[in-house]
Amino acid sequence: MSESVPGTPPEVFAPVEVPVSPSQAPEEVEFVQLLTPEGERVENPDYSFDLDDEVVKGFYRDMTLVRRIDSEATALQRQGELGLWASLLGQEAAQIGSGRALNKKDMVFPTYREHGVAFCQGVNPLNLLGLFRGVDQGAWDPKDNNFALYTIVIGAQTLHATGYAMGQQRDHAVGDADEGEATIAYFGDGASSQGDVNEAFIYASVFNAPVVFFCQNNQWAISEPIDRQTRIPLYQRAAGFGFPGVRVDGNDVLATYAVTQQALKRAREGSGPTLIEAYTYRMGAHTTSDDPTKYRLSEDLEHWKLKDPIERVHAYLTRYAGVDHDFFDEVEAEADKVAAELRAGCLALPDPAMTDFFKHVYVEETPQLAEQRDQYAAYAASFEGEG
Amino acid sequence: MAKITLGKAINAGLRAAMEADPKVLVMGEDIGKLGGVFRITEGLQKDFGEDRVIDTPLAESGIIGTAVGLALRGYRPVCEIQFDGFVFPAYDQIINQVAKMHYRSMGKIRMPVVIRIPYGGGIGAVEHHSESPETLFAHVNGLKVVTCGDPVDAYWMIQQAIASDDPVVFFEPKRRYHEKAELDESVPPALPLHKAKVAREGTDATLFCYGPMVKTCLQAAEVAAEDGRNLEVVDLRTISPFDLETIFASVKKTRRAVVVHEATLSFGPGSEIAARVTEECFYHLEAPVLRVTGYDTPYPPSRMEEEYLPDLDRVLDGIDRVMGY
Repeated sequence: MSESVPGTPPEVFAPVEVPVSPSQAPEEVEFVQLLTPEGERVENPDYSFDLDDEVVKGFYRDMTLVRRIDSEATALQRQGELGLWASLLGQEAAQIGSGRALNKKDMVFPTYREHGVAFCQGVNPLNLLGLFRGVDQGAWDPKDNNFALYTIVIGAQTLHATGYAMGQQRDHAVGDADEGEATIAYFGDGASSQGDVNEAFIYASVFNAPVVFFCQNNQWAISEPIDRQTRIPLYQRAAGFGFPGVRVDGNDVLATYAVTQQALKRAREGSGPTLIEAYTYRMGAHTTSDDPTKYRLSEDLEHWKLKDPIERVHAYLTRYAGVDHDFFDEVEAEADKVAAELRAGCLALPDPAMTDFFKHVYVEETPQLAEQRDQYAAYAASFEGEG
Repeated sequence: MAKITLGKAINAGLRAAMEADPKVLVMGEDIGKLGGVFRITEGLQKDFGEDRVIDTPLAESGIIGTAVGLALRGYRPVCEIQFDGFVFPAYDQIINQVAKMHYRSMGKIRMPVVIRIPYGGGIGAVEHHSESPETLFAHVNGLKVVTCGDPVDAYWMIQQAIASDDPVVFFEPKRRYHEKAELDESVPPALPLHKAKVAREGTDATLFCYGPMVKTCLQAAEVAAEDGRNLEVVDLRTISPFDLETIFASVKKTRRAVVVHEATLSFGPGSEIAARVTEECFYHLEAPVLRVTGYDTPYPPSRMEEEYLPDLDRVLDGIDRVMGY
């Protein structure tokens, strides 16, 4: 038995070499890519996108509409109509690519930034605004669109997704790549440090749950860069939990679609979880309350602008698919219409009634709460007629 | 009629609930082949299978977090937390997710989740195995908190908790797991889940208690009777919400109240009862509401726990004091 020298770690524990900052050297990052930033289709040995250009046009439309919804919401916040907004700017391909890979019976567990996935699932964008305007807390019914409530506590939803997937197993809804059911859990690079996310990986792995963990690595957790969360590429963590991990160009909607679809099929057929790291960039602030100029370089932003998820699809459709400007004009006009409707709808959102909020604490209201509700109502009524 | 222990009564209650509703799942650490460290789930996995009696990884947040997902899928998970002091890794999921889901969704989502926690001291255990954290859950809006004090209640209350569409934290008095009583399963439960029970009728003062302290208070009442004091003992059973109706009725009758619990004094359940009783029964009271509880220290090493826990003598001392006004 060899004696170890105190204070000197054995070789196996020597720090691994890691890139100085992954966010500054994205061209060195290896990932699945099927559409280059210049709009050229490229091949990948493991993943392919076989659908026709009408589908690609659909992705373009989705991404454009979602970006417009997002910018309208940011404007509404700046005008005081929303208390906060968490922009998805730059992450449209990651969200539309993965969202469009879902089947009708698949279930989605989002963070608070999955406006693009919500759009794919048919959630009315106005519902998303309720949470940020403060008229409710995102009170849609998850069953309506197979889209769970936005989750603000970082990473908590990954466990919910895993539990839901365990329910799909128990309902015998797993076992067929096309007809089966799967669950997808969205989270970010910051969340990957959370205990809940790591516990979700473990539960999903040991129970072989049909869940796809979709991590949008947008390089920033508010002000903390990715190298404060990890010393290895995030997708590689999956190996330690016993399931596959794959990194995809998160700004490439075709690759994101292909990779997510394959992972979902794997889950539906009963082969268990997959971790997808969608390598992307948060082009905007964390939320409207954030100021990224305090902690990151403008060159970074300029660099990532060249990799814009919508621009590359525009380039592809124009150069290689013969799509003319009529199509793009139509999409722009539709985006303007959607934004105008969203704005009008936001301004018309009714303020909630306080008494409703007493009512929903419990299914079976407690006598104590009923009394407080009545006291509040009487107190509020005592001001009626006063001017 | 056969006598049954409190622990076996919970086991029988779980079994009845699982037989009645295929959506009821039991999940936790070591609950399968072992039947849990207290054997409360003994035999369930054998009879209901590994899909319904789930040995989970050793991760409490994972137990509750996946239970949330299962509940969203239409299941009714019953989660076992192995010991009181081990619930805290799951605290975020319980407070931010389980408790708030119905509220956040404006009533569209229900969380019929039961979280079973063996609690309380008196078993000579090492640290984190003897705590009484019920206040930390009773303070959380959206949760309901109950605890049983005898085998008959144990059998029915666990089934009522599982049937509840609201999330229920179900505290089990671990040092009373071996207490026995006669249980006739064909007799329906005497009370709904959120009602207190007058365990002993009296006229001179009321002892309010729950869980492990019910037996202690009933013993104290017997001893006090020898001194000519006729005490009422109310087993609260439900901590959130309290059954104020029963509490007020008793105080208006006896005019004196002592609240007894193992949980620490400050901001404890006794504080809430004192405030409520003061507000509602002010003109009926002959004495301030007193509290006999654990001290405001962390739970002590087990050699000291008999000093720390309310026992017969401390309850009798409390009675002396409340009668002294």
